[in-house]
Amino acid sequence: MEKMIAGTNITVNEEGYLTNFAQWNKEVGEELAKEANISLTPRHWEVLTYLQNEFRNDVALSIRRIGKSGLIDIKEFYALFPNAPLKTATKIAGIPKPASCI
Amino acid sequence: MNEFNGEIKKMMIILSKATLENVYAAFVLANGARMEGIEAEMFFTFFGLEAIHKKKLEHLHVATVGNPAMHMPTLLGGLPGMEALATSMMKKEMEKIDMPDVHEFLDILTASGVKLWACKLAMEMFHYKKEDLYEGVDDIITVGDFYKQGSGLGTHMLFI
Repeated sequence: MEKMIAGTNITVNEEGYLTNFAQWNKEVGEELAKEANISLTPRHWEVLTYLQNEFRNDVALSIRRIGKSGLIDIKEFYALFPNAPLKTATKIAGIPKPASCI
Repeated sequence: MNEFNGEIKKMMIILSKATLENVYAAFVLANGARMEGIEAEMFFTFFGLEAIHKKKLEHLHVATVGNPAMHMPTLLGGLPGMEALATSMMKKEMEKIDMPDVHEFLDILTASGVKLWACKLAMEMFHYKKEDLYEGVDDIITVGDFYKQGSGLGTHMLFI
């Protein structure tokens, strides 16, 4: 479905994830973060950029992989994105929801 | 289904066995809950305590006897070395799907905010002490304490 956000028209699926990463920009990310009640700090952006790079490299994301990223540990990840961190962070980053169970 | 429209707020998972397949099922469910923003607490009782016993948790096995899913005659499953073989096969498969080992999984659970409780009665029965347990265990508590932890709407309990 179409959604107007930060002055841009984006296409999202029924769960609110962007279906086309090319439509994402920083302003869109800021708005999506607001919807998730998160105000983004430089630390959040580091993590979001990491997730986007992993997505570009076709890496399947999981909590375990985040813990092994060398960028952030699992505890801080949960602190930055409380309530379903992987789901929330990927949504803000404009990339698909990971299908991982771990 | 009218409390929170049936939404799950907290999972209370009781683990009473320490065969690898049961331990992993419990861990995946607890971790999966946290990944969805659901609180999770685990209560380790009876043989389930082995999953948080420092020395034993590295040596958990798959059950080859009394496990219908193994599709193996009971007599064959009881042969020496059969459990070890099945266990090493399962571990290899789990490595392929990026599944952590038991110790690392416990690290992931505690980092994710899962509370780990050891059953007081079972601790006494097996003569285990707090220092025998994985360092991330929150405390040794009674069944009553555990129920108290689970009070509130939207809590679900699961016995494994």
